Amino acid sequence: METKIKEKIKLVKKGDQSAFEEIVAFHQSKVYQICYRLIGNTHEAEDLAQEAFIRAYVNIHSYDDNRKFSTWLYRIATNLTIDRIRKKKPDYYLDAEVQGTDGLNMYSQLPADQVQPEEEVESLEIQTYIQNEIMALPTKYRSVIALRFVDELSLAEISDILNIPIGTVKTRIHRGREALRKRLRHV
Amino acid sequence: MTCKKEFIQLMHHYLDGDLNKEEEQQLRTHLQSCKECQNHFQELKRTITLLESNSHLQPSPNFTNKVINSLPKEKKRISYLRWFKAHPAITAAAIFFILMFTSVFSAWNQDGHLSVSKEQNLIIENDTVIVPEGVVVEGDLVVKNGNLKIEGAVNGDVVIINGEHLMASAGEVTGELEQVNQIFEWFWYSLKDITKDIFAFTSK
Repeated sequence: METKIKEKIKLVKKGDQSAFEEIVAFHQSKVYQICYRLIGNTHEAEDLAQEAFIRAYVNIHSYDDNRKFSTWLYRIATNLTIDRIRKKKPDYYLDAEVQGTDGLNMYSQLPADQVQPEEEVESLEIQTYIQNEIMALPTKYRSVIALRFVDELSLAEISDILNIPIGTVKTRIHRGREALRKRLRHV
Repeated sequence: MTCKKEFIQLMHHYLDGDLNKEEEQQLRTHLQSCKECQNHFQELKRTITLLESNSHLQPSPNFTNKVINSLPKEKKRISYLRWFKAHPAITAAAIFFILMFTSVFSAWNQDGHLSVSKEQNLIIENDTVIVPEGVVVEGDLVVKNGNLKIEGAVNGDVVIINGEHLMASAGEVTGELEQVNQIFEWFWYSLKDITKDIFAFTSK
């Protein structure tokens, strides 16, 4: 597959846009999942993944053929997402008082925790719960966790994508994994 | 428990695939004896399984189309090239006609100045070529971009391109006299000329 992708990239470099279509189709899930794990919102994840592919297309000439394409693509995606997180200011706080109410805050607007009977809904809830726990981690742990568990990237690849030493990657994975173990042990 | 920290470190290294045989054995034997560590290890493995279950996370079905549609326009040249590759016969025909027409047109436009195939004994006045009285031109005579007045005689065909034959006096032409003025006629004439040449060449 990797060689097939390389062939397609050569065509894209020559300006053939239709060759890019297969590249997108092949990588879209992983890129989307990495973005989602980092930003925690499906709409924004899709938006960022799209942006990542467009950037990859525009800057395809700066891609070095001797390296793995997915690594290069993931770096674009993570950088974009981390940038977005930095710029993003929370637009509402759960603690803030809801306008026009007397002392009610956003917590009171949340639905009560109820266990749904359908298994599917239940697993979806678990997934949402997992993502919420991931979101509670600082961005630097989240990015390592996202890359490690979405595409099972090696520690060396993660260090390359995030441009941090491999030792740091290890420490962050250990700490992130340990933190999530504590949070997810009751799931 | 005092053993914990050291072995948790080992567990993480194991999960990263960083343990050698010896250390792995060390971890195994410890896990068999220590309930607490065993529990910790199970929780870690379960956490990983939970984190890796993300197949439900998929972008919308038309994701690829959305990306392709928002890419900057590709170079025109490439899309033409792709079209040509898909239609080789049409491409060959088109190239043939382009070459054909351009060569003929350029020949038409090229020499705006007057030219005569033979100048011997002929008088050229402004843009008129005169075959004076008493002069006999042997062979064919071609005049381009000029008029021709024959007062003497031509022993062969006469072709006047982009000009007129001025019937001033009783000139004599033994062969055919042809006048080419319109571009279509010029095209026709060149075509005829080429075929004539080809046949002349093959019959030799």
